[in-house]
Amino acid sequence: MQDEPTPIELTKSVADFLRNDITPLISGHQAFKLRVAINILDLVTRQLTQEEGSDAREVERLRALLGIDGSVMELNRALAERIAKGEVDLATPGLAEHLWATTMDKLAVDQPSYASYKRELSRGG
Amino acid sequence: MIQAQLSRSVVRWCEGATGVTRAAKLSGGASQETWRFDIMHPDGPIGAILRRSPKGYGAAPTRAAGLAAEAQLMQLAYEAGVPSPRVMHVLVPEDDLGTGFIMQRVEGETIARKILRDEDYAAARPHLARQLGGILAGLHGLPQDRLPELRYMTATKEISEFERDYRSLNWPKPVFELALRWLRDHDPGPAAETTLVHGDFRNGNLIIGADGVRAVLDWELAHLGDPMEDLGWVCVNSWRFGEIDKPVGGFGSREELFAGYEAAGRRVEPARVKFWEVMGTLRWGIMCGGMMQRFREGPDHSMERAMIGRRASETEIDLLRLLAPRGS
Repeated sequence: MQDEPTPIELTKSVADFLRNDITPLISGHQAFKLRVAINILDLVTRQLTQEEGSDAREVERLRALLGIDGSVMELNRALAERIAKGEVDLATPGLAEHLWATTMDKLAVDQPSYASYKRELSRGG
Repeated sequence: MIQAQLSRSVVRWCEGATGVTRAAKLSGGASQETWRFDIMHPDGPIGAILRRSPKGYGAAPTRAAGLAAEAQLMQLAYEAGVPSPRVMHVLVPEDDLGTGFIMQRVEGETIARKILRDEDYAAARPHLARQLGGILAGLHGLPQDRLPELRYMTATKEISEFERDYRSLNWPKPVFELALRWLRDHDPGPAAETTLVHGDFRNGNLIIGADGVRAVLDWELAHLGDPMEDLGWVCVNSWRFGEIDKPVGGFGSREELFAGYEAAGRRVEPARVKFWEVMGTLRWGIMCGGMMQRFREGPDHSMERAMIGRRASETEIDLLRLLAPRGS
């Protein structure tokens, strides 16, 4: 077992340093790059915070949907294959709900300010 | 230096020109190199733009029409009254500038978010959706016997290419699978009328001024195919830049776009437009994956590329909104 602080705390401390202490010192194209860098660290922090829980829920749904067990990657491959073959489609009970839940969890990490996401979130997640 | 090369070039073909000044590389346009400069002339400086093919970059080469074709199309559009920059010179080997062309610079804004939010464009914005319809009608009506050699694309071919690109990423995306399946099931077949298709007609590739659209840019993905493809692509949510209730580039409604198109004497097929909007949404999602690949494999190991890879999920939520909308 590794010691503290956690990766989440460490990454966040770098992002905060860049945001608060370095941003005021930089301009032009480098300022743009710095903003991208901070966005990356924020994304990593969100993923480290949320991935474990969202993956567990995703695996749970996929097991119910597919009737098989496996890792989150294996189960996604299996689902992708079944959709490609036409064995599973939007008429399959639970598929739309699963895809929506999974996609909302992805956006929560990738782009929580994306307008479509915010709209769907306001509908109740 | 490029300024010296440009100076030697312009004196050869621009009468009265004495050289160039203020050459500067423009940011943006990841797949082509673009420079701005002024031609020094006794009647006053002439603003110009150089587009040339970069070394080692380029959009998916099989899809690009090539800079020579791009120059020809822009000139043809300009002559037909479709807002377009005037092409001044197509590069020749003596120019020592690579391949590409030089065009007259059109002043205005291309950054989508500024166009959608700045006060300068507030008066133009309500008219843009309809104006874009008229422009597309003009573009689709360009005389086919004068077009350069272009690839011919159908929905069926495009779906196969997307599927291949997506599978090459080797990362399962059930929403993309669903979209591919939907596209195959709803493939409308070849269009009744084949026309020139711009291929990347969207907010971000237009020069806008206070008076509206001044130029259509980025013709590199031009091809022959279903004209409804352009109408669908301009509606893809990724090009609304947050104005998600205004499907046409964040400017206005589909009805306005269609009205502008039909007022110019062409017919809209809304079901095909919807099909191409789904196709376009998936297309951008797969392109995001391609950016990630380029980042990982080295040619452009930048943070920006890396982050675009993480924007594929934006197209997944948009695909779900199109294909499996939740009760409002």
